[in-house]
Amino acid sequence: MLKHIPALTLFFLIGPVLAGLMGVLLPAFGVLPSLGGTSLTLDYFQNILSTPGVIRSSFLSLAVGLITTAISLGIVMLLIAGWHGTRFFKLLQNLLSPLLSVPHAAAAFGLAFLIAPSGWLMRLVSPWATGVTRPPDWLIVNDPLALSMMAGLIAKEVPFLLLVSLAALPQSDLRRKTVLAATLGYGPVSGFFKTSFPLIYRQIRLPVLAVLAYATSVVDVAIILGPSTPAPLSVRLLQWMNDPEITERFRASAGAMMQLGVTALALLVWFAAEQLARRTGMRAINRGHRTFADQSLRRIIAVLAVISSAMVLAGIIVLGIWSIAGFWRFPDALPVSFTLANWSRQAMGLETPLQNTLTIGVAATAIAIVLTLACLEQETRSGKTATSRALVLLYIPLIVPQVSFLFGLNILVLQMGGRANVLLVIFTHVIFVLPYVYLSLADPWRAWDTRYAAVAQGMGHSANRVFWSVRLPMLLTPVLTAAAVGFAVSIGQYLATLLIGSGRFPTITTEAVALASGGDRRVIGVYALIQALLPFIGFAAALSLPALLYRNRRAMRANG
Amino acid sequence: MSVPNEGLTLKDVCILLDGRPLVHVSAHVAPGDVLTIMGASGSGKSTFLAYVGGFLDRVFAGMGEVYLNGVAIHDQPAESRRVGILFQDALLFPHMSVGQNLLFAIPPDIKAKSERQSMAEDALKEVGLEGLFDRDPATLSGGQAARVALIRVLLSAPKALLLDEPFSKLDADRRLSIRRIVFDLAKARNLPVLLVTHDADDAKAAGGRVIMPLEMAPDSNP
Repeated sequence: MLKHIPALTLFFLIGPVLAGLMGVLLPAFGVLPSLGGTSLTLDYFQNILSTPGVIRSSFLSLAVGLITTAISLGIVMLLIAGWHGTRFFKLLQNLLSPLLSVPHAAAAFGLAFLIAPSGWLMRLVSPWATGVTRPPDWLIVNDPLALSMMAGLIAKEVPFLLLVSLAALPQSDLRRKTVLAATLGYGPVSGFFKTSFPLIYRQIRLPVLAVLAYATSVVDVAIILGPSTPAPLSVRLLQWMNDPEITERFRASAGAMMQLGVTALALLVWFAAEQLARRTGMRAINRGHRTFADQSLRRIIAVLAVISSAMVLAGIIVLGIWSIAGFWRFPDALPVSFTLANWSRQAMGLETPLQNTLTIGVAATAIAIVLTLACLEQETRSGKTATSRALVLLYIPLIVPQVSFLFGLNILVLQMGGRANVLLVIFTHVIFVLPYVYLSLADPWRAWDTRYAAVAQGMGHSANRVFWSVRLPMLLTPVLTAAAVGFAVSIGQYLATLLIGSGRFPTITTEAVALASGGDRRVIGVYALIQALLPFIGFAAALSLPALLYRNRRAMRANG
Repeated sequence: MSVPNEGLTLKDVCILLDGRPLVHVSAHVAPGDVLTIMGASGSGKSTFLAYVGGFLDRVFAGMGEVYLNGVAIHDQPAESRRVGILFQDALLFPHMSVGQNLLFAIPPDIKAKSERQSMAEDALKEVGLEGLFDRDPATLSGGQAARVALIRVLLSAPKALLLDEPFSKLDADRRLSIRRIVFDLAKARNLPVLLVTHDADDAKAAGGRVIMPLEMAPDSNP
């Protein structure tokens, strides 16, 4: 049984992606017999290309993806180069987990509430500094250049890339290289890029590509912060997919293929940029310049990092304020009164979404944890560690645009006469939860001292007993942390719930995003705050449970 | 050669790394005797013990026959071999109390709860640690932890004992006393013992035969 788990796990991950792509491939070319499409045609692609603004939408998606990824990667690398090993860096590291646990949609709402013309920042400086007493008529949120959308994405991708880079640091021998470069007269930033960067980049390349693919095809953040005239391609796709006119499915399928193409193009541009950077970098190494504005770059990046983390955290605070705000006139910095009425008014409506969110989140996380533990245990027993090629497979669901293959899955399910059911939604969540659970658990699991197993087996205990009585309890903290990561990923899912559930399983996230267009800040505040708090509660539970169970076991707390 | 029906017998046990032989041993260890394998670190000694115990890392290839009291065990899984091991770290399970560590080791065929409990407490007394049953292993001194590790492996009623540099992390005072307790208790239980070490004093204290398995002349080793 255990022997077949790795294959089964890959099937769960890759199967739906391939099936989903097949599901849109044929309809994109007009073939979907149940809707009367029986002959191959390019009509739907032509139809899309002649839709007003589609080219601009595609270009927007491409640009958002490339710029977001480049800036996020740049900030993270400069941060490590300039500040690694300092107290400032320690502080950022402590902020990482809370920043990561905030779902994209909640962070986007928080940012919107901050930077909008009537947002908190404007209120804080008005009227005493600006002189305005009415919100100015500026298009900041949903701006046509997608600047606020990119800011929102960057604020969330910087912590993610920082986390994966930190995981890669121990193998890159950063400290000794930095010291060595410094003794040769290199500044911290130049020294870092010329000695450590290539090795670190190789290790974080897959997560970087995942960020790129995500940013080219993201839907929820684009709905909340992105432009609407025209919207990025993924958002327009979703409109066609949700069109009650059933023949629109052909057009949506063609659009899904086009989204696939846009993401693929972004990856190709990125690969070309990698080559260019490699060559330029090599020439720069050969020239031997010792500094490149090292000190000023260092300071600028620190300011950027502080701003981007402060935006997310302040955003959550302002969501909280709106959720309990009574009368709040512009440009007052705070509401005149506070009230719980916003919450009690939503209480009824919250029940079902909250229940769905928890059911789907707990079930998907449990499945992902069981599969991951089984894969890792099988790895121990067979003595075969997952190859780097298997690791690429793990990233496939994170790199293929969600909006493309999920719509295909949706078509397939309807084709097979199936109705949307909660099991399908749960297994769709597993596709996205499992890679993160696996990635966060694999390293601590493998770092466990196997001599403990030798000791226990020498006493006559079976491999199963060693797993249940020794390894699992000893690794309880990392297992629960991985579960909290998985739960947070599930909470954040928007498309998976919406498309596979056909809208029949509203969650906190789908409800919150649906509220975006309405613009009632008090209701959005309630939903987005719950969305932000749920993962946070998960992490708190993951940390406090081992602390409680092992309160009399010092060594268990030390590695927790 | 025929296999004696008492003690631990090794027939052409060979450890390979990338096809290159690291260790090659044929020997018989009678009950109550110690066989010491000497060699510098990284010479494959620990791997050799792992092969005998059945927990060999797959990176290494091991071959050869291992008999315990006349029965071939080299094809059996580790948990069926009844070969206990002590490492240089005590490796007490950190999520269990000292007493739970001992109860975990006592074979399941001893069923009565009170009997298991008194076995564990008697063992603690035997090494001068009475009253530590409920302690957190993380609060023990190095010497105390080493003694708990010793009685833990002995309580599991092994038929042979493997020692993987078990004294190398102890300071000089403790080292002498722990070493004596380990060899005394193993002898009292009539166990065949395999010791690997790089320390000539350990080898001398063990009192048994000493071999250097790297097919390297003994005098080439300072």
